[in-house]
Amino acid sequence: MKQISMERVEKTREEMLQTVKSATLTHEQKVANMANLADGLLEVLDLPKGLDELLNQPIDKQCICDLFEGHAPLRPRYIIPDYEKFLKEGSKFLQLEPPKDLFEAINSLLIFYKHVPSVTNYPVYIGGLDKLLDPYVQDMDEEMAYKIIKLFLIHCDRTILDSFCHANLGPEDTKAGRIILRAVGEMTDAVPNITLKYDMDKTSDDFLIENIKTALHSAKPSFANNKMFVNELGEDYVIASCYNGLKLGGGSYTLCRLILGNIAKKADNIEDFLNDKLPYVMDIMARYMDERIRFIVEESGFFENSFLAKEGFIRRDRFSAMFGLVGLADAVDILLQKEGINERFGHSEKADELGVRIMNKIDEFNKAHINKYCEATDNHFLLHAQVGIASDTNVTPGTRIPIGEEPEELIDHLKNMSKFHKYFPSGTGDIFPVDMTVHRNPDFVADIIKGAMRQDIRYMSFYGSNNDVIRITGYLVKRSEIEKLEKGENVKHDTTALGMGAKQNGHILERKVR
Amino acid sequence: MTGSKSELQKVTVNRIIPFSSVDGPGNRSVVFLQGCGFNCRYCHNPETRGMCNNCGICVQKCKTHALSLADGKVVFEPDKCVKCDMCIKSCPNGSSPRTSMMDAEDVMKVVLRQVPYIRGITVSGGECTTYPEFLKQLCRLSNENMLPVLLDSNGSYDFSKDEELMDLCDGVMLDIKAWNSDEHKFVTGTDNDIVLKNLIFLAENNKLEEVRTVVAPEIFNATETVIETSKALLPYLDKKDIRYKIIAYRPMGVRSQYKTMTTPTKEMLLELEKKANDIGIKNTIII
Repeated sequence: MKQISMERVEKTREEMLQTVKSATLTHEQKVANMANLADGLLEVLDLPKGLDELLNQPIDKQCICDLFEGHAPLRPRYIIPDYEKFLKEGSKFLQLEPPKDLFEAINSLLIFYKHVPSVTNYPVYIGGLDKLLDPYVQDMDEEMAYKIIKLFLIHCDRTILDSFCHANLGPEDTKAGRIILRAVGEMTDAVPNITLKYDMDKTSDDFLIENIKTALHSAKPSFANNKMFVNELGEDYVIASCYNGLKLGGGSYTLCRLILGNIAKKADNIEDFLNDKLPYVMDIMARYMDERIRFIVEESGFFENSFLAKEGFIRRDRFSAMFGLVGLADAVDILLQKEGINERFGHSEKADELGVRIMNKIDEFNKAHINKYCEATDNHFLLHAQVGIASDTNVTPGTRIPIGEEPEELIDHLKNMSKFHKYFPSGTGDIFPVDMTVHRNPDFVADIIKGAMRQDIRYMSFYGSNNDVIRITGYLVKRSEIEKLEKGENVKHDTTALGMGAKQNGHILERKVR
Repeated sequence: MTGSKSELQKVTVNRIIPFSSVDGPGNRSVVFLQGCGFNCRYCHNPETRGMCNNCGICVQKCKTHALSLADGKVVFEPDKCVKCDMCIKSCPNGSSPRTSMMDAEDVMKVVLRQVPYIRGITVSGGECTTYPEFLKQLCRLSNENMLPVLLDSNGSYDFSKDEELMDLCDGVMLDIKAWNSDEHKFVTGTDNDIVLKNLIFLAENNKLEEVRTVVAPEIFNATETVIETSKALLPYLDKKDIRYKIIAYRPMGVRSQYKTMTTPTKEMLLELEKKANDIGIKNTIII
């Protein structure tokens, strides 16, 4: 392990003490922060030359960001256990027999969740809940099943203290799915995030409408294009964390992101960006990710020692990694300005075309880069349109049109989205607040979802513009909890702090209401 | 295609809303045609009633010079407009200078941009049946593109005499503004004989998509209207599930002299809905 300076040690000790004394962090948040600070003292990775000046910069200059994964990754970033296998076989390590009824199934799942690590220390995926629970509710009194499932969901919200936790529904209509929607629709909790895998050939209109009604009330579920994900990742894909498409029984080792706007600032013009500055940064980021993956697989011992791997709930060869990006709109606008063209992303053919050229360049790079530990996805990373983090200022999430610049007509917004969603098997998405005083018409939203899925739009979220629970960038937060935090009170979910940052820096409350 | 472009009727279009959630089932593009024979007190888009006679009063009121007079005609430049609505507020004819002349093909061009996100087209107004030829031309084009057309009508057009239009359109959303004819005259300036005839004709012929009543308590007996309308619809519900929309009067967009009418309470609307439900109309919506 490499030496570090005493100055850095002292600085970290100071930060640890501040963490201990913090008035706004809960105990769990303090423990997580302490661990991250300790991890920051380790130097075990063989970093590519040139990384430091791209990574360790203020947000207006930073070109690569590793999203708080730490210096010595002790587990993959996102872990997607095969819960179906667990319910079928039980677990030796957890001393659990296969459950025989809904009570046992729920008890087993709640135990299991406490043993699924991730970058947040909470599970980012808790299962395709409708499919998992459906066998147990078939012969059961519906009211009893409803009560148990509602308590289960409340338990999740109050103990999984991070909104990057995702449950899946669909594509088929099930009794358990209906019960889950009913329970979700009566609450406005941030956890779990939920996605309906929507498939025109598999999801009934009636079930879609029930999902939409729930979404307009509770800001979830979101709607994923099942056909698109199945084509790219296979039937056994899941949606985890914000909106990340990943393989069941696998996950993602790591996620780093290109900050395209800052890379564009360094370029002389469009050609310089496409042929020199961007490839240079992509190459360093890919090699940085390779090194992080190498450490997790070859040195951390995670896959040798975790019961998840030993009992086959995850398999190393089902993991991939997410090659992320933010600020496509920022890069396009900056580059056009450098060329003396006063047009903006989302509002001109020329700007959108440049966006497509940039995405093609990134896609080509990714398809040429080989990582031997990403067998699950043909030895390539998966592109990911990252949604931004709380401290981002003047950084537009993924390939979105910046808040405040949304086109007047929704059709123009949708046409823009349909050009970019296809690049991102490991996730992208757009969010629409809907005016509830006008839109008491879930079929209106259904028609938009159906149209979108026909136009290669991958993922959409809606929420009632006046609701308490709202979607920040991918995850959910309650406005009332942000207000508490702003007053200096502590709140149970660590993601509320991210929501507060996104409100202040990302202007997420100012989205155009449809 | 139906005939050459020259055979298509050009009509005055007030505006087209590309995506609408409130003008029929699902998401629809809505075409508002200019001109209406009724003069409803609660009309929330009174600028769609009359026809522009190029008097030029609005030109003087426009602060951003989006309007000008050229060769005796009012010219509108959308880029300069800030949507302050001074033009429509000052119009003595209940009209708007921001309209455009369009034929069915022009309208379809705008509508087709919205595919595949819309379920169909609704033609509203004004009163869309002011232009039956245009409606038929639009329906033909729209049907070629698998987009059903619904007509939003005040019921002043005798639908029973236009079999072709009935065949071409998917259905009608009909306003019942008051059951009592004198009250109807007070609310709209016209009696309702033809409206009530249309109610039955459309229901009998499976062309009644929706019935609406705007509830403005001071100017007509809403309870009687909801009860009698519901009773009239009841025999036809086996054939088609007809929706009854009970809409609260709201002052938005209403002319200043009628702005002070009372908005009905939620309880009042729920009571009306219950009356319709009790009679047997199950598909009701309060807005």
